[in-house]
Amino acid sequence: MSYNSLGARVRVYLDNGTTTPVAREVLDAMLPYFTEKFGHPVFPYSLGLEAAEAVERSQRAVAGTINAKPEEIIFTSGATQSNDMAIRGVAYANRHRGRHIITTKVENPSVLRVCERLEREGFKVDYLPVDSEGFVDTAELERKLTEETILVSVANVNDEIGTIEPVEEIGEILRGRREKIYFHVNAAAGYGKVRIDVKKMGADLLSLSAHKVHGPKGVGALFVAEETPIEPVSYGYISLFKLRPGTENVPGIVGFGRAAELMAENFDRDVSCMRRLRDKLMAGLEEIPYTVINGPRGDKRSPANVSCSFKGVEGESMMLHLDLHGISVATGSACSTTKLEPSHVLTAIGVKAAVAHGTIRFTLGRYNTEEEIDYTLSVVPRVVEQLRRISPVKPEQL
Amino acid sequence: MTVDYTERGMLKYSEKLLERFRNPKNIGEMENPTVVAEEGDPQCGDMFRMFLKIENDRIVDARFLSFGCAANIATGDVTVDLIKGKTVDEAEKLQIKEIAEALGGLPAIKMHCAVLSYKTLKKALAEYRKTRSGAGPQG
Ligand code: FES
Repeated sequence: MSYNSLGARVRVYLDNGTTTPVAREVLDAMLPYFTEKFGHPVFPYSLGLEAAEAVERSQRAVAGTINAKPEEIIFTSGATQSNDMAIRGVAYANRHRGRHIITTKVENPSVLRVCERLEREGFKVDYLPVDSEGFVDTAELERKLTEETILVSVANVNDEIGTIEPVEEIGEILRGRREKIYFHVNAAAGYGKVRIDVKKMGADLLSLSAHKVHGPKGVGALFVAEETPIEPVSYGYISLFKLRPGTENVPGIVGFGRAAELMAENFDRDVSCMRRLRDKLMAGLEEIPYTVINGPRGDKRSPANVSCSFKGVEGESMMLHLDLHGISVATGSACSTTKLEPSHVLTAIGVKAAVAHGTIRFTLGRYNTEEEIDYTLSVVPRVVEQLRRISPVKPEQL
Repeated sequence: MTVDYTERGMLKYSEKLLERFRNPKNIGEMENPTVVAEEGDPQCGDMFRMFLKIENDRIVDARFLSFGCAANIATGDVTVDLIKGKTVDEAEKLQIKEIAEALGGLPAIKMHCAVLSYKTLKKALAEYRKTRSGAGPQG
């Protein structure tokens, strides 16, 4: 652990793509809903009504950030649950029309694992390839569409390498079809990073998560456009949302609403600040020899994401060494997974396994500062050099 | 049921292992080693290299290089400690279990990292035997 000049521990959090700290304003908004305003939103006595109103306020807040109607917002336990509800829900409700689904090779496991489950249940799923920067091949999408296709699922921003996918173009392609093909967008990584407009995207379903935008963990949302045929995937006592039975996480939902408001208020400032820090970090890292940036540059990349591979270095060791200096990052190394396979996203963009081994993902949030980037850039080259010295694999061999 | 390792994330290492990872004593190149052996882990793609200096069938010095995770660096480091000063015969008897125990245990998923340093050691010792029986240069 490192200390700054005042002797305080350094903590530079650059893993905002994994989760973010809760904003002070969000916590303040949530607190009363644990102890005083703790009612169950289904009961029409005053405590219940108060809770129901709070949920409705959050629906309006979240809906406002994606150009949806409040009643099209369902609160869930997070984007993982939203993705499952959207994909299986639409697949089951439309199976009489066809059993073909299209997604991509670079989706989050919460989409891929659900699609694999549907394959075991008799659906056919195509996984679209991406190019070397992670962009989905839309021409291939058009070729794969059939009369049987009922659903397409694509994330608007890739969570590992920050590629901003052409979801509006995909929406356009789907709208041009004679039969209705439902379009699901997992926007967990894109929320607060790029503008989201479900109408422009032509999205019928869209998944969000609160904890990626300085809201609490364990709460997310699913946007379901009116008149979308969808079946619930879990059953029980229905409180406010037919698709998602069970008692609502009211304090979490209140927190999500407040986080969404803050995100909208600060959007332009946050995005331009993150983009400036991103470009500074990326430029500094690129000065380290044998370092490659994964994903695109400029406007087609999430303002919050820097993914790079330091050749000849292993990512888990790198992550733990950076932690010793107080810097938190994520890695795409095979060593950091149970399956001991390199990240599926890096594999899909053609990064060799030995290079993927040295991949570190830095992700920014609202509270990162320029000083933190300067500090990071003073530490990373030293750690890379240190690890290269103990590696039997020379970077120039990769 | 508890999960000690997630699909993408970190697992819990013992304090002993982390200490070894942070301050390995035996890592680095060696000049004029008697034997060098290298092994790769086909599973995760790691590389491990071991250098031995052997005099009169006794391992007088050993070092290693690792392109691997924290567990691999730590297991490499204790492996060297466990064989330094031993005769080749003694070193050949080393068990993977002893390596893991010296680190206060290894998460199941990280056993293969210990296997990597173990296999490299075995390869180095076999290499040494071969050069000896083939009337190698060293007396
Ligand atoms: S060396 Fe790859 S997991 Fe340990």
